[in-house]
Amino acid sequence: MLSEEDRRLLHILEQDCRLTPEELSIQTGLTPDYINKKIKQWEKDKVIVKYSLLVNHEKLEEDRVTALIDLKVLPQRGEGYDKIAQRFQKFPEIKSVFLMSGNYDLCLLIEGKNMYEIAQFVSDKLSPLDVIEATSTRFVLRRYKQDGIEFYGEEERPKRLVISP
Amino acid sequence: MKQYLSPLAANLKPSGIRKFFDLASSMENVISLGVGEPDFFTPWVMRESAIFSLEQGQTMYTSNAGLIELRRELSNYLAKHQGLNYNPENEILITVGASEAVDLAMRTLISPGDGVLIPDPSYVAYAGCATIAGGEIHYIPLRAENDFRLQVDDLRLAYTPNCKVLVLSYPNNPTGAIMTREDLLPIARFVCENDLIVISDEIYSDLTYEGNHTPFATLPYMRNRTLHISGFSKAYAMTGWRIGYVTGHSDLIQAMTRIHQYSIMCAPIMAQIAALEGLRNGESAKKSMLLEYDRRRRLMVHGFREMGLTCFDPLGAFYVFPNITVTGLSSDEFAEQLLKEERVAVIPGIAFGPAGEGHIRCSYAYSTEQLKEALERIARFVKKRL
Ligand SMILES: Cc1ncc(COP(=O)(O)O)c(C=O)c1O
Repeated sequence: MLSEEDRRLLHILEQDCRLTPEELSIQTGLTPDYINKKIKQWEKDKVIVKYSLLVNHEKLEEDRVTALIDLKVLPQRGEGYDKIAQRFQKFPEIKSVFLMSGNYDLCLLIEGKNMYEIAQFVSDKLSPLDVIEATSTRFVLRRYKQDGIEFYGEEERPKRLVISP
Repeated sequence: MKQYLSPLAANLKPSGIRKFFDLASSMENVISLGVGEPDFFTPWVMRESAIFSLEQGQTMYTSNAGLIELRRELSNYLAKHQGLNYNPENEILITVGASEAVDLAMRTLISPGDGVLIPDPSYVAYAGCATIAGGEIHYIPLRAENDFRLQVDDLRLAYTPNCKVLVLSYPNNPTGAIMTREDLLPIARFVCENDLIVISDEIYSDLTYEGNHTPFATLPYMRNRTLHISGFSKAYAMTGWRIGYVTGHSDLIQAMTRIHQYSIMCAPIMAQIAALEGLRNGESAKKSMLLEYDRRRRLMVHGFREMGLTCFDPLGAFYVFPNITVTGLSSDEFAEQLLKEERVAVIPGIAFGPAGEGHIRCSYAYSTEQLKEALERIARFVKKRL
């Protein structure tokens, strides 16, 4: 369980991981020394996995296509789905791998330059695998929200009064 | 047409922040730290439940006291989180904001000439509503050296035998002060000894940063002597919905409900439905807002101290109340010159009562970016005057 202090620290890091230990110290009431040690510890323990950037590629007018690929997979004796899932996670094109309930077993989130590139990947790398019984590929048409960030609809913030009691 | 006004209406003064509102509103590019409401939107689960209720056609009056489901949920909530026990049938009244509850409380308790003890500085509505009810205002000065906690000695000095009501308001607007159980005990004793009734406005009770809030009504013998007022505006970011509540002894609540029945009828149903959802499923949204406020609070206190201003640690609400006397300016002059020179709006302490002089109220219900920019501008302004 997180202590009250550590929760304060993590909350701020989740909002903005670029703050310096000195700034974090001001905003948490913890010493820079403690903060440095804590962050090192979290990095070591993989509590903090990565400091990442969320880019809205649409604004750059770059070619980029995201697809969700559902897979029906024959589970391997003794290993279930783990082995095949671990094999998928090695492909750099595949951004996420999930084991799912429902009609399909695994779900892959995959990124490519265009639909052709993704189709190529599915037919070259996935479909030929013996363990795969069926695939269903769905392309993402628009991204409204990702990682808690809304991409649309926040442009015009309603205004508050300048002064209120 | 002025000759038609009643003397009461004619003599009622506009609140001290009005002048500032007009000035700040007329300027462009102002960063305002003058706002007494959250910058967050009402948590989506609550907005969504109100939208759904409208789609369902829930557009009717509710019972005068408010939806019974809401009163029941509130009763459970207060018992669980605050150790307060009120019967949803006759000890809880849902009001149009804590504001209505304050007004009703004054009108229910006060006869013309009754003394009303009001801490100074404090939220502007208490003196206003007490005056409308015909009360005689007795200010109790709060002091910076006591972290703006009410001291029983100051209460005793302000008291005269015609006093009937004591207003308490912790966590406090404008100072951000809180009072612990130990701080409140002597006050409770004084209330008993002098047969006072307490109007305790605890609308910021969920916004405390070190340790939990102590509701005044949980002190010995205080339950029946207290009208406990609170609402959803602050902790649930619901200012525009207009919803609050008051709880207390059924004799008092029933009398308040009678006035409410004639003047208001009932609080808006969609606000009641959203509030109900907030009590059921709003806890995590509320917690994350609290974490965000805490971070900003520390940023502000640090910023003011860096400038060389004395700033006590506000442990509740979302205001800091730095002392600006080292600049040689009155709080009115400080706020006006700051607005004109640096385009930052703050509220002069004096707007909240004479004892607020020497201080300014700065709200930190803004993003950290805005707060940093405002602090930079204020620092520049202060530096020129030290
Ligand atoms: C101490 C205090 N009480 C009551 C209110 C009014 O709250 P409501 O929106 O519930 O009427 C405010 C709003 O600023 C306040 O600061």
